[in-house]
Amino acid sequence: MNRMTRDQMAARVAQDIPEGAYVNLGIGLPTKVANYLAADRDVFLQSENGLLGMGPAPEAGEEDWDLINAGKQAVTLLAGGCFFHHADSFAMMRGGHLDICVLGAFQVSVNGDLANWHTGAPGAIPAVGGAMDLAIGAKQTFVMMDLFTKTGESKLVDACTYPLTGLGCVSRIYTDVAVFDVGPDGASVVEMVDGLTIDELRKLTGVPLAYAAETQPA
Amino acid sequence: MIDKSIASAAQAVADIQDGASVMIGGFGTAGMPDQLIDALIERGVGNLTIINNNAGNGEAGVAALIKAGRVKKIICSFPRQSDSHHFDAAYRAGQIELELVPQGNLAARIQAAGAGLGAIFTPTGYGTQLAEGKETREIDGKHYVLEYPIKADFALIKAQQGDRWGNLTFRKTARNFGPIMAMAATTTIAQVSEIVDLGAIDPEVVVTPGIFVQRVVQIASVTNHALAA
Repeated sequence: MNRMTRDQMAARVAQDIPEGAYVNLGIGLPTKVANYLAADRDVFLQSENGLLGMGPAPEAGEEDWDLINAGKQAVTLLAGGCFFHHADSFAMMRGGHLDICVLGAFQVSVNGDLANWHTGAPGAIPAVGGAMDLAIGAKQTFVMMDLFTKTGESKLVDACTYPLTGLGCVSRIYTDVAVFDVGPDGASVVEMVDGLTIDELRKLTGVPLAYAAETQPA
Repeated sequence: MIDKSIASAAQAVADIQDGASVMIGGFGTAGMPDQLIDALIERGVGNLTIINNNAGNGEAGVAALIKAGRVKKIICSFPRQSDSHHFDAAYRAGQIELELVPQGNLAARIQAAGAGLGAIFTPTGYGTQLAEGKETREIDGKHYVLEYPIKADFALIKAQQGDRWGNLTFRKTARNFGPIMAMAATTTIAQVSEIVDLGAIDPEVVVTPGIFVQRVVQIASVTNHALAA
């Protein structure tokens, strides 16, 4: 099976982010999306620790450790960027002011439930950070993940078995083999890598899949 | 004449008692008031309830306080990190109680305390483990969880400039929880890089008005350090 690389996935997500959008990119894989946003278009990146207008990483040796992102990496501020305290930052999410947030996931259900904060494994120390606020706060929540675990289980599921982060909050999933829309009407396939069929995807994921409106074969 | 400036970190924390609840600013190491925490460790009190976003990074700040065995309970959103080994060890040994709060609810609950609200209804966490057993309500078609304010006896925060009336400015993302913790604690102690004359801070850029700050200590600016990856 053809698989998209992580950079190809990031570039694909970036295609769906319009100029003028206020966007939060979650820790890990989603941070790669920033590399594929066209430099000549204004997209406002928000980081939950308190900045809007986040720029790329500084040159080595130029780091200012009072200027970091949610992953606690050194970043820069674009001209026009600004700082604010935590209550304002989370008001931007919870208050519906962010247009898009992109998160990683352990599992997403066909109706858009998200599990991405805790495996529930005995002895694991739980940590949630801003995941629950981001998941339910932005106007659109996108997930970026491999479709299958290392042992081949589908991460798109009928119902999440890991502890939930938010209910019915995800609208679109970008994976290494297909892009899906999820929600109250279930999951539909927006696009697939070359050579894959919807029947194969149904078999591999074990969940009911329709074609998204724009994907319906003629 | 009112002068909230205090000569040393040790004097600033001298009345923090055993069993106190203490908010500590900072997100990772940005905004962490390391020198105030060092003075608190030196003071020797324990059984503290600490409110911070994390549960310590590396060896300094909140990590040092946990390592010294002074923390009975921590209220935070993101304890587990690559360099949270002192917390991890204390937690696994059953020596520290953890109340895990989603980050935005942590901020909102602290803000609610500072604003004098009795409780808040928040959508964050609805339907998850972190809302189990909590009262919920449907308002205008959306589901919310009832959460109570988090207040504290003391707040230790790090700011950039301060004056003798307690007005504060902050530096970049080191601002994070500082302004809201200052509002939610009975006694707020700010370590600042520089104490300036009254009027030297442009009133348009004061972030935390002095009414929320009881003590200001000047600590020469120390370059903040990177976290372990």
